[in-house]
Amino acid sequence: MTDIAVVVDDVSKRFRLYRQRNQSLKAALMRGGRAQYDEFWALRNVSFEVPVGSTFGLMGVNGSGKSTLLKCIAQILRPDTGKISYNGKISALLELGSGFHPELSGRENVYLNGSILGLSKRELEARFDEIVDFAGVEQFIDQPVKNYSSGMYVRLGFSVAINVDPDILLIDEVLAVGDAAFQDKCMEKFAEFRRAGKTVVVVSHAMGTMRTLCDEVAWLDGGKIVEIGRPEELIDRYIDEGHTQRDGDVGGARWGSGEAVLTNVSFTDADNVSTTKVRTGDTATIRIGYRADQRIDKPVFGLAIETLEGVYVWASNTRDADYVPDHIEGSGWIEFRIPRLMLLPGTFDISASIVDYSTIHVYDFHRHCYRFDVDHGTPRESGGVVSLGGSWGNLTNEQTTKQSSAHSNDTTGSST
Amino acid sequence: MTALTQLRESRELLVNLTMREVRGKYKRTALGQLWSLINPLAMMLIFTAVFGLVLKIKIDPGSPSGLNIFALWLVCALLPWNFMNSAVSGGMGSLVGNANLIKKVYFPRDALVASTVLSCDVTFLVELAVLFAAVLVFGAMPLPWLPLVLVFVVLLTMFALGLGLALSVTNVYFRDTQHFVGIAMQLWFYATPIVYPISYVAQAAQKLHDKGWRIFGHPLPVEFVYRLNPMERFTQSFRNMIYDNRWPALGDSLYCAGAAVISLGLGYWIFTKFAARIAEEL
Repeated sequence: MTDIAVVVDDVSKRFRLYRQRNQSLKAALMRGGRAQYDEFWALRNVSFEVPVGSTFGLMGVNGSGKSTLLKCIAQILRPDTGKISYNGKISALLELGSGFHPELSGRENVYLNGSILGLSKRELEARFDEIVDFAGVEQFIDQPVKNYSSGMYVRLGFSVAINVDPDILLIDEVLAVGDAAFQDKCMEKFAEFRRAGKTVVVVSHAMGTMRTLCDEVAWLDGGKIVEIGRPEELIDRYIDEGHTQRDGDVGGARWGSGEAVLTNVSFTDADNVSTTKVRTGDTATIRIGYRADQRIDKPVFGLAIETLEGVYVWASNTRDADYVPDHIEGSGWIEFRIPRLMLLPGTFDISASIVDYSTIHVYDFHRHCYRFDVDHGTPRESGGVVSLGGSWGNLTNEQTTKQSSAHSNDTTGSST
Repeated sequence: MTALTQLRESRELLVNLTMREVRGKYKRTALGQLWSLINPLAMMLIFTAVFGLVLKIKIDPGSPSGLNIFALWLVCALLPWNFMNSAVSGGMGSLVGNANLIKKVYFPRDALVASTVLSCDVTFLVELAVLFAAVLVFGAMPLPWLPLVLVFVVLLTMFALGLGLALSVTNVYFRDTQHFVGIAMQLWFYATPIVYPISYVAQAAQKLHDKGWRIFGHPLPVEFVYRLNPMERFTQSFRNMIYDNRWPALGDSLYCAGAAVISLGLGYWIFTKFAARIAEEL
């Protein structure tokens, strides 16, 4: 489809930063004007088009203007210059349950919130059961919502908003609500929505989600569009940019008692060259440098790998691997050799640690001390985090086999 | 076609928001909606005691109804005033009060002000029904004027809605609007013939005249200025219909209609002019 669902044409948005915020008439009269303010351009000449049926992601660091842009698209804020035009009914999931009246029952709030979001009474009546069922609050639907748990509250909010059945859905980091089960339900609903050919504009910091969901992403920085493109290309570069910024001082959290410390963690390829980019199936070595200012008996070194989205992929320590030195003192290093790196393309973080033999006392733990990217290599597998290195084969069709064997029996029968 | 669907959609929104106001107002109170009757009743008792018994304000009997009950005479003017007061104050606070909603969801913002005013209408109509019953019990016959009373309710609603719209956006930009309006409302209350008859104003003007107060040799235009107040006209008209059981003066009716149209037009214009930025100003 070549139709365009949302056209953002040269949009700029200016905010006023008040030097002396006075909302009083006295001050205003004495100044002879309202108040002095500085101008701040939250958005500057932003233009893009979102085709019907596609999912468009907005990414950027905090304060880059993504949410302002989304609010402009949602008509909550009015751009100072430029124009935004739509093709279809729009619904925004900015904050769930924001229209709820705490004293009213869930039922009354569904009708109220639904009509605020633009649903007619008839439409609401038709969808009421579905909404309540989806939120899983049947039992409490006639209770005032102030007695709801926060989970129930947002679930009901999400349920109403998603059932508005818009042509264009705007989402600001709200897919991460509720427990795991509800999140699955949301993602399912969301996928259904996309399959139905609806348009989605999403703002998120969860790059993994963005990568899998979006057809196209726009990278915003300082209110301007840096680039618009395919998520595979752009997200990696966006992460790299963030990565180079944090590479200087090693960013992740760090704790421990400090009798022994991790001096550095490096990731080297087959040629022993330090790298942040490897391919599936490559040989690699992780080297942990340490310094012990006093004698440490039986230290245990540990490594763990997580995806950027926080999926815990792998861990190993020298105690479980039965490689515990009697003691360490002074500085040195230890290596972990990986003959074939069975990770599929993505970005991964390494955490390293030195702990005592009981693994309870932490000398030094450095979370996310090294980040590396994995690119397509061999084996080339389709998706997920790990490569199993298996192969397809032995195609057998039971039905056909039976028939063909029967057939061959026949032919042998007739020939005899 | 689209305008029609839009109108239908916003009507449903309006109804739902109004129901929210009406239902939410007295939630968790033992007496519930009864409070909307108790409040004016209490005011009636207090004002009757102070102005009817202590200050002994003299009123003419209703003509042709023949009613001569201060409390009823008072309430005929007090109810429209209470409605206007609560509708304007409520409407004024409705944007600031729903800041959370405005910042997160798009919908026609004027619906918030309108629904607050309409929820006051619900109370007003219930009160009027009780007043009609009371007037009937005391032997007058206001029923033939019922349709016209409803027309005046609509006019007063337009008048209050216009003020509410204008003040609601002003209040977003200057929060002390609400305190200022609080004082202005008190002044306005006593500048309207609610607790005293308008003949008292004429008497006061006469007294000033006798003391030699003149403006360029002419008598002071006290009564003229006094009658510029649209609420004075509304008050007189409601009292004419319900208490006196006669047609309101044509001039008063036209004045009320004019005030309603101008207030609503001006209020809506101010509202649309300043509503664009309210999400970020809240």
